[in-house]
Amino acid sequence: MKFTLSWLKEHLDTDASLEEIVEKLTLIGLEVEEVTDRAAQLAPFKIVKVLEAEQHPNADRLRVLKVDTGEGEPLQVVCGAPNARAGLVGVLGKPGDYVPGLDVTLSVGKIRDVESYGMMCSESELELSADHDGIIDLPADAPVGVPYAEWAGLGDPVIEIGLTPNRPDCTAVYGIARDLAAAGMGRLKERPLSQVAGTYDCPTNVVLDFGDTKPLCKAFGLREVKGVKNGPSPKWMQDRLLAIGLRPINTLVDITNYMTFDQGRPLHVFDAAKVKGDLIVRRARKGESIDGLNGKTYELDESDCVIADDSGIESLGGILGGEASGCTEDTVDVLIESALWDEDGIAATGRKLGVSTDARYRFERGVDPDYMITGLEAATQLVIDLCGGEASNVVRAGSIPDSTKIISFPYSEVKRLSGIETTPVEVNLILKSLGFWISGTGDTVKVAVPSWRPDVHGKADIVEEVVRIIGLDKVPSTQLPPLGAVGQKVLTTGQVRRSRARRALATRGLHEAVNWSFISHIQAEAFGGGQDALVLANPISSDMSDMRPSLLPGLLMGAQRNADRGYADVALFEVGQVFAGDAPEDQKETAAGVRRGSAKYSGAGRHWSGSAGAVDVFDAKADAIAALAAIGAPVDKLQIYADAPSFFHPGRSGSLKLGPKNTLAVFGEIHPRTLDLLDIEGPLVGFEIYLGNLPQPKSKSSRSKGALKASDLMPVRRDFAFVVDKDTAAETLLKAARGAEKTLITDVTLFDVYEGKGIAEDQKSLAIDVTLQPAQKTLTDEEIDAVAKKIVAAVEKATGGTLRG
Amino acid sequence: MSHLEALETEILAAIEASETESALEDVRVGSLGKKGSISEQMKTLGKMSPEERQTMGPALNGLKARVTDAIAARKDVLVEAALEARLASEKVDITLPLRTTPAELGSIHPVSQVVDELTAIFADMGFSIAEGPDIETDDLNFTALNFPEGHPARDMHDTFFFNEKEDGERLLLRTHTSPAQVRTMKSQEPPIRVICPGRTYRCDSDQTHTPMFHQVEGLVIDKGAHIGHLKGTLEEFLKAFFEVDNVTLRFRPSFFPFTEPSMEVDVQCDRSGSEVKIGEGNDWLEILGCGMVHPNVLTNCGLDPDVYQGFAWGIGIDRIAMLKYGMPDLRAFFDADVRWLQHYGFRPLDLPTLFGGLSA
Repeated sequence: MKFTLSWLKEHLDTDASLEEIVEKLTLIGLEVEEVTDRAAQLAPFKIVKVLEAEQHPNADRLRVLKVDTGEGEPLQVVCGAPNARAGLVGVLGKPGDYVPGLDVTLSVGKIRDVESYGMMCSESELELSADHDGIIDLPADAPVGVPYAEWAGLGDPVIEIGLTPNRPDCTAVYGIARDLAAAGMGRLKERPLSQVAGTYDCPTNVVLDFGDTKPLCKAFGLREVKGVKNGPSPKWMQDRLLAIGLRPINTLVDITNYMTFDQGRPLHVFDAAKVKGDLIVRRARKGESIDGLNGKTYELDESDCVIADDSGIESLGGILGGEASGCTEDTVDVLIESALWDEDGIAATGRKLGVSTDARYRFERGVDPDYMITGLEAATQLVIDLCGGEASNVVRAGSIPDSTKIISFPYSEVKRLSGIETTPVEVNLILKSLGFWISGTGDTVKVAVPSWRPDVHGKADIVEEVVRIIGLDKVPSTQLPPLGAVGQKVLTTGQVRRSRARRALATRGLHEAVNWSFISHIQAEAFGGGQDALVLANPISSDMSDMRPSLLPGLLMGAQRNADRGYADVALFEVGQVFAGDAPEDQKETAAGVRRGSAKYSGAGRHWSGSAGAVDVFDAKADAIAALAAIGAPVDKLQIYADAPSFFHPGRSGSLKLGPKNTLAVFGEIHPRTLDLLDIEGPLVGFEIYLGNLPQPKSKSSRSKGALKASDLMPVRRDFAFVVDKDTAAETLLKAARGAEKTLITDVTLFDVYEGKGIAEDQKSLAIDVTLQPAQKTLTDEEIDAVAKKIVAAVEKATGGTLRG
Repeated sequence: MSHLEALETEILAAIEASETESALEDVRVGSLGKKGSISEQMKTLGKMSPEERQTMGPALNGLKARVTDAIAARKDVLVEAALEARLASEKVDITLPLRTTPAELGSIHPVSQVVDELTAIFADMGFSIAEGPDIETDDLNFTALNFPEGHPARDMHDTFFFNEKEDGERLLLRTHTSPAQVRTMKSQEPPIRVICPGRTYRCDSDQTHTPMFHQVEGLVIDKGAHIGHLKGTLEEFLKAFFEVDNVTLRFRPSFFPFTEPSMEVDVQCDRSGSEVKIGEGNDWLEILGCGMVHPNVLTNCGLDPDVYQGFAWGIGIDRIAMLKYGMPDLRAFFDADVRWLQHYGFRPLDLPTLFGGLSA
């Protein structure tokens, strides 16, 4: 919402300065976004008269001017404008002046050996218009020596406020003046409530025809003014409209625009000669369209409200007038419309058709219903004042809804919600100055809400009015009462796990990324997602269309972007939400990571101490297990299955489970086909941990860790090598060895895996180091041999392998 | 006697000439060994006359002792020299650079770090952390929060929608974390103090907007929380978060459907340099929106607005992270560029605490 200072002062009697007004506007909730003061910007540019204009000695197109600035000796100025001539009255910029249109500060110049002490300006150089065909050519009687902007009436600062959607009353300069007056910035001037008596009946009738559907027009007022002389509107009106960025068209149209901004009352004018028969206000029919005054055509349907006559649709009600019946300079008889439209209908049509107009802006927020006829009268008065003519009686259709709202208001509510101490007198004064009525006495009074405040419904709204006018700076800053001496645990188990997983993965050299929650459909499908319920109806791009089923695609793409920038060895992780469906319980928290190139735990790339090879499945497995350990998973009880999802390499991936059905994590090298599908290059490995699948920690009765049982006896170690089938899982062998004598065996380590010479082609050798920890007494050789036999027997039974000779 | 002197001279010279322990051993065997030159001389003692033995005995024993001592002395020298030589040969270039350790290399994303900072601050003030789903119903994202159907206020949020279901329901991506507040109020008896950090979505993408961003909202509901408490809470929070001694806030009336009165808050700052400094200067920076929870919202959540009252606020996590840590571009948050993550990320073990200083 834009207006000028002088426009504001038309309604507000005030001595306050621009700065004070601007500050107050912001403090009462009408946030000032910009103040443009062209008078200040152009202050140094003064009106001058060219006394002499002689040909430049060294340039055909230049002239050397002698310029009278109104003080001192005439200045010498070199000028190249075609219209530079003796006797011209124009605008001069002097050395040191900033020329906004050129973005330069002038200095004394020497142009082709002739000194120039200033510049004669064009309109474009002063950002007044796009005109740069010549220098400004003022009437001969323009006063020399006077600042140009002041003389030209540019000394009216333009204020733009960012209006919140709850304040339709401040879509009017008058409404803004009322708020400022309430806030002590002056006195609100009465607006003239003119009544123009009609001398004849309006020849055009109005019918609201909505059948049994919801009426999209509540009330409609129409009157004719005949015998008008339309033409350019007066300069004061044009200046104001221009200042806020509206193009003056003709007086009748300008009056509607002026009323829109001055009073927040959008109107429409029809050229009566172009209206055939009565005006029917109804829903559009499928297939109908309108050629709008904005030069565009809109296809309409039953959700849109139109004004039609015998020749068809003349206006998109409350949003946009039609080209066919618009007023031109030739208009002699004019029909003025002042109507009340259904807010939701206006918003829906405006949104659907993508039409933003000043009328829609006001009607969808809610214009003052009680001003519908008053506004029509005021507009009629303006038409008669500016264009002459004779007014008809007013035709009305529909009925203005009763907007009366009475709120029972305890004064104590101000203190309860804001903490500010006030007196009833103070509260009453504020409310009355905003147009509220108060009746009753005592602690609770009845407050009637003015018709222009559809946003005020209840006590809290009234408190807001009082507080914003008193000033939020008067609210005393207060501390919340403490809840207890020592803070309590506030994080849930899930939150704690996410935090620990995050820090654990970062300590393993991975960088935490935050990726989009949405990915492309192809990526989603490749990772088990892509179902219809998770596809956005209005994605911002096709790369961001589906809710992610896994964190891996985002990480893989991120790794590739880094590789594309020349950073091929990257390790990234993310802790975040993935989506298995659209229900709240389908949103799961996972932690996932990828390693690319040679970004191994021990370091990436070449190094004097040993160069890193390509990342492999064991790097991903190690990350997954480390993170699981950090969040308290029973890693010693994890079972490893070779059944990871299909986006992993089938022979180099696995899952970590607690029981066959509860998968805690998956890991592996990314399947070459998946890399192709995503158009990325490996080596790439990854893992994903399903944080929610971890068992909930048991509530403990004691924090005690129990006593440490450490034996004084030396542990005994024995090595064994077994020859087993190549596809025997090492875990099977290790598990058998560990279980062979549980009371003695404390550790089994696989220290060698060998295939090749000396071992059959379909077999391999696995060598283990078994630690026996005696508890009571030192083991005898016989006892050790007995355990060794048990180990060999257990392994042979479990794997079908044999002790290597 | 002179042959003994000659022998001694010869042996001592050989000892001195021994450059290795094995050469020295050869000399020892050659002199003191079973068939060594001195041992051979000792064997002749038995055949000597007592007189001869009287003089030769001590002479030979003296010789043996001197040679033994000389060998021992020479051995010490040789052992020492060998150690010196070994040490010299074992010298390495200690300036050889090590690999960066994983914990030095890895990093925490600023969004996570800032959420941890917020958690530390608000946990201290008795707030817990509430969360909710990203995919929300229209009801919880809008209607329950007092956004009327079709109201222009809904247009302020450029909402991502999912396709309409058969029953006409149309889910959406939450445009703010306020639905988590509604869920909290519906499931928890006051007094309530929660913050709701999380991802939020709006279909908007330009220099300063991303279609996904992070927000933290706060909610206090009890029987007395008013705008003054809101002010006090926000002042304490901003002081703690920006780690400055003072902040000056300016509250401006504004509009949000879910609060009444509604306010926007500007913080005093210095924008004269390349970075914004909070807590000094003469400029204002809009930093958050807040207000008293709207009576309709309380009613929608089953709370009587004449009994319960409270306030809520919302602030952009990414935005305050940018302000505090000087990150110029929001879009870079979501690009996973390791150069950016390394530069703006945090060390893995720097978990923010109030007792240790948030970012100390």
